[in-house]
Amino acid sequence: AVLKDGLRSQVSAALKEGRVTPTELCQRCLALIKSTKFLNAYITVAEETALKQAEESEERYKRGQPLGLLDGIPIAVKDNFNTAGIETTCASNMLKGYISPYNATVVQKLLDQGAVLLGKTNLDEFAMGSGSTDGVFGPVRNPWSYSKQYREKSVPKSHSEDEESNWVITGGSSGGSAAAVSSFTCFAALGSDTGGSTRNPAAHCGVVGLKPTYGLISRHGLIPLVNSMDVPGILTRCVDDAAVLLGSLAGHDPKDSTTVQDDFKPFELPDLTDVSKLSIGIPKEYHAPGLSSEILALWSKAADLFKNAGAKVVEVSLPHTRYSIVCYHVLCTAEVASNMARFDGLEYGHRSDKKESTESMYAATRREGFNDVVRGRILSGNYFLLKQNYEKYFVKAQKVRRLIANDFVKVFRSGVDILLTPTTLSDPAPYREFIQEDNRTRSAQDDVLTQAANMAGLPAINVPTALSERGLPVGLQFIGRSFQEKELLTVAKWFEKQVQFPMIQLEEVERHDNGVFQHQKSASFS
Amino acid sequence: QKVSVEVLDHLECLALVDFRDSEGVERLQKAIQFADQLHEVNTDGVEPMDSVLEDRWCLYLREDDVTEGNCTKELLENAREKVEEYFVAPPGNIPLPKLEERDTFLQGS
Repeated sequence: AVLKDGLRSQVSAALKEGRVTPTELCQRCLALIKSTKFLNAYITVAEETALKQAEESEERYKRGQPLGLLDGIPIAVKDNFNTAGIETTCASNMLKGYISPYNATVVQKLLDQGAVLLGKTNLDEFAMGSGSTDGVFGPVRNPWSYSKQYREKSVPKSHSEDEESNWVITGGSSGGSAAAVSSFTCFAALGSDTGGSTRNPAAHCGVVGLKPTYGLISRHGLIPLVNSMDVPGILTRCVDDAAVLLGSLAGHDPKDSTTVQDDFKPFELPDLTDVSKLSIGIPKEYHAPGLSSEILALWSKAADLFKNAGAKVVEVSLPHTRYSIVCYHVLCTAEVASNMARFDGLEYGHRSDKKESTESMYAATRREGFNDVVRGRILSGNYFLLKQNYEKYFVKAQKVRRLIANDFVKVFRSGVDILLTPTTLSDPAPYREFIQEDNRTRSAQDDVLTQAANMAGLPAINVPTALSERGLPVGLQFIGRSFQEKELLTVAKWFEKQVQFPMIQLEEVERHDNGVFQHQKSASFS
Repeated sequence: QKVSVEVLDHLECLALVDFRDSEGVERLQKAIQFADQLHEVNTDGVEPMDSVLEDRWCLYLREDDVTEGNCTKELLENAREKVEEYFVAPPGNIPLPKLEERDTFLQGS
């Protein structure tokens, strides 16, 4: 019954005490990955190397010298992080067959701690999207689609309606990572977050999704989308585990000059009992158009929870919120246009057969390698960067960005410690409903609640809160002050304990976990 | 206000990606329309923000010491066309064919 454990509290202890070995753990996860293949969460499963890493970990445990809490722990990494010797595709034809010659810094750090890398997870192509539906390897399915909780609530519209067609999306773009953690195939996963790509799927899949402060964790080796907003994201089953991952990943990296030079001290989260000194801000603009009444009610309930426990809960205003998605749209496409210029077929990735000229070869390579979404953003970005548009759009957006960042500064200066907002507008949509609108429209709608934190570079976390009426996960978001992850996670942990989010009841997992069904209410299993 | 064919052509040459079909062009039109909302915001006296870390850190330059390298073999492995230690490219300095001669959706617009 170890597959469902939380890292810090159970699994690490189990490994240390020899109740389970790293190779057993690895084999069970690999077997579960196989039997949950229909989720399409993984693009590459690195079976051989994972087992080798597990064996090495086992040797260390036998000698009584584990490297730390992460030694022997199976993890998964989003397929836009470079992993030496393992294919890194970004779910695009442009990088199919590309074998990274190096590890991203965050990957290296995890491996140095003894973590076992199970594989690379699926995403929207080049992390552009909010559904994990637009990659070349197909969409990722939300494990909750197959949960007892969802199935009990869904009424088939007709006898002929296939249960298959009812499945819901994971959200995106780190959907594969979220699904992997949610379905217990790994204990933690790396995602990336540029506009909400870690928090959105975390909310839809009922897992913890942390977006750290920009500049805290190295982006070296993370294939860039928007250099001024990208951060590696952390997906785990409970807030304590997120703190463990953060501790092993944060800190200055000489290979990434956008990481701050300050010393980072890993921390353990205290068990908060007294919230009376806490001031929670509720930004009124986050009552966004399209917010479901269910989530609105949940948000309200959460605010009351804090109030009743003695915390100060105040309504605040972030007046430029409604422009942040527009601002994001311009800055994102502009930076994307620049970042995607590296894909020309010469040094790596797909290369077209056209030989007439460099220009025509580049054009054909990019024509063949990128999907509609990527091409669309490149073209838009180039438009906004044209000489005649530069001041009007790009510089204008940079000015609006400052206004958005200042909104947060003002609110935090007024005595508010943490902001509480919804993470998504609704519970996860069925795939066939989601694809009715195009990617750009969807992203514009879905990113509204998450991307201001990327604009301002602030840390934010999704905490799974409750199940919707349809039996699907809904999460709430906490946004904190820059580099105050400890405070943010402490509050998040307190909240997690209060809400007791139910564990997903998945048939496949029961079979692999020695067939012992453990009905536990708390995701942190403590 | 529709984007002219000249600009669309220019964008295809700059970006080296194509619009592919009318949907692609429509997508750009919608993107511009969406971005136009920015002009509702008063930004008088506001400085553009390059990085959220502007207060915290000055972009530093490290010492010009060689700390790593010698990875020619690894770097060449992912290239499809190479000769000895060179990446091989088709002839350069040949501009993309003009709109009328190019195989693009924009032709005849």
